[in-house]
Amino acid sequence: MRILAQQLILGLMLGGLYGLAAAGLSLVFGVLKVLNVAHGELIMLGGYAAFFVVALSGLDPFASLLLVLPLSLLLGVVLYAGLFGFVVRAHEETRVKNSLLIGFGLALALHALAVRLWTADERSIITPYGGSVLRVGGLSIPLMRVLILALALALIGILHVLLTRWRWGKAIRATAEDWEAALLSGIDVRRAYLLAFALGTALAGAAGTLVAIGYSVSPSIGLEWTLKALIVVVLAGLGSMIGTFVGGLVLGAAEAVSAYTFGGPYREVVGLVIFVIVLVARPRGLFGR
Amino acid sequence: MSVLGARHERRWAIGILAGLGALAFLPLLVRRDDVLNFIFLILLSITLAQSWNIVAGYAGQVNLGHAAFFGLGALVARTLWIRGVPILVAMAAGAAVAAAFALVIGAPAFRLRGAYFAIGTLALGEILRTTVGNVLPEISTLPAASIAGYRLTHRYYLALALAAVSVLAVAALAGSRIGLGMQAIREDEDAAEASGVGALRLKLTALALSTGLAGLAGGLFGFYHISYYPSHAFSPTWTFDALLMTFIGGVGTLHGPVLGAILYIVLKEYLAVQWVDFHLLIFGALFIAIVLLLPGGLVQAAARGRGLLARRPRA
Repeated sequence: MRILAQQLILGLMLGGLYGLAAAGLSLVFGVLKVLNVAHGELIMLGGYAAFFVVALSGLDPFASLLLVLPLSLLLGVVLYAGLFGFVVRAHEETRVKNSLLIGFGLALALHALAVRLWTADERSIITPYGGSVLRVGGLSIPLMRVLILALALALIGILHVLLTRWRWGKAIRATAEDWEAALLSGIDVRRAYLLAFALGTALAGAAGTLVAIGYSVSPSIGLEWTLKALIVVVLAGLGSMIGTFVGGLVLGAAEAVSAYTFGGPYREVVGLVIFVIVLVARPRGLFGR
Repeated sequence: MSVLGARHERRWAIGILAGLGALAFLPLLVRRDDVLNFIFLILLSITLAQSWNIVAGYAGQVNLGHAAFFGLGALVARTLWIRGVPILVAMAAGAAVAAAFALVIGAPAFRLRGAYFAIGTLALGEILRTTVGNVLPEISTLPAASIAGYRLTHRYYLALALAAVSVLAVAALAGSRIGLGMQAIREDEDAAEASGVGALRLKLTALALSTGLAGLAGGLFGFYHISYYPSHAFSPTWTFDALLMTFIGGVGTLHGPVLGAILYIVLKEYLAVQWVDFHLLIFGALFIAIVLLLPGGLVQAAARGRGLLARRPRA
């Protein structure tokens, strides 16, 4: 029983990162109707950015977010201007297909670039307080991962406030709802697209930073994170960032419980079953609108 | 388009089959294994791209879990074949398992539409890959006796036959009643339902055909390689390759995937030889450029080019 509780806690902490990774993807998909399959590669880039910021400047790893966030926001603007801005001009049906193609191309190129620049080695940010563990009733909870979970939740909270209170946040949500109606009521839809994409990339950068702190980054982690994020997006449905975060926690917990019950090799099978059940019961996701 | 295009497509089908027929003489003229291996790769890619084209191009369902069915075909066919079942029977069994799994998965997955279907199938394929990788972590190598009896030409002719089968299957489908029904679903599912097309049944038919063909291609892959990790055949690169080749060529056409497969493999191999370290980077960038510049693929670009040429004298 204690092992299960221990697994569950670790699973929930990883799940928080799934949620953060999925939030960026969900925002881009929900607003632009563009499926960016290179999202995991953006997370990977964020992880490397944080790694080098910490290694070169000696900043505290969590403080590196202050640099990584604006950098990835900028990367998002560049990617939108250079690539995805062309995709959104197409009709909604072709948008998904074209974005898949461009995403695959981008993922391939970024992965190859990362291997060339930084080798295929795994890296993670190591801190003096990284090994600290909280002990609560016989359970050990790594301090770093508590901080990561808290930070992920805080970022989701900030995003939620931005989207509900800020003028442009409301514009982004209106565009997601119905871009034609948004256009008719005077919203600059193109700018809403740009903002949503940049915010999504910044979230990927933040997720990457936290992955580099709590786990590890290598050039090939991209696809795995894209897939986890996609599963969470389908599980949670579009429209609510808080819902997406909870969807991430659900996936993390489900993985942990199934690894405990059926053994490591079959943990994904249980994920499959849950996934199919949710699809059948609620094709728009648990929290979808 | 389909009525006008039918004669056009038939001409392409004859041309492609004639080309494949000519390739049958290649092993008699060229004895170099590298040439035969290269053509084998193109033929396997044509089959894979064409199989994906059925469900995505004709029925309009972007299936991103295609690799799972390729992998299932490879796994079943190779396991049976190593145990002594004749390869053709083993490949048929692999195809049957792939199509059966597709039907089981298809009913819930087709509740999803558009991008949700794409995401759902991607996740399903990936879950299957990790599971196979976890359960069968060891490399699969042929027994020594089979390696001693390995003949590349057998694989080559099988690949040739399979590529021809895939082209014939798509040609037959494109003009048939069910093929037209699938295209109606692709254009507008609700309108198709309203005009009496049983959408779910046809989508499942397309999926079963597509995955059965992918299972056959996987069986060929399992027959061809001396050793590989079982999970490799489930790798999403098989899905992406099929998708990229189909879209580069022209999705929902008979000849598009064939042209796309040839261009894709030639380009990738050329870059790999020419730019060893940077080839994937260049390939990725080049690929993005093709998508941005030729959004409808080679087939549409050629049509547009012809249109421009035809218009010029009048202007």
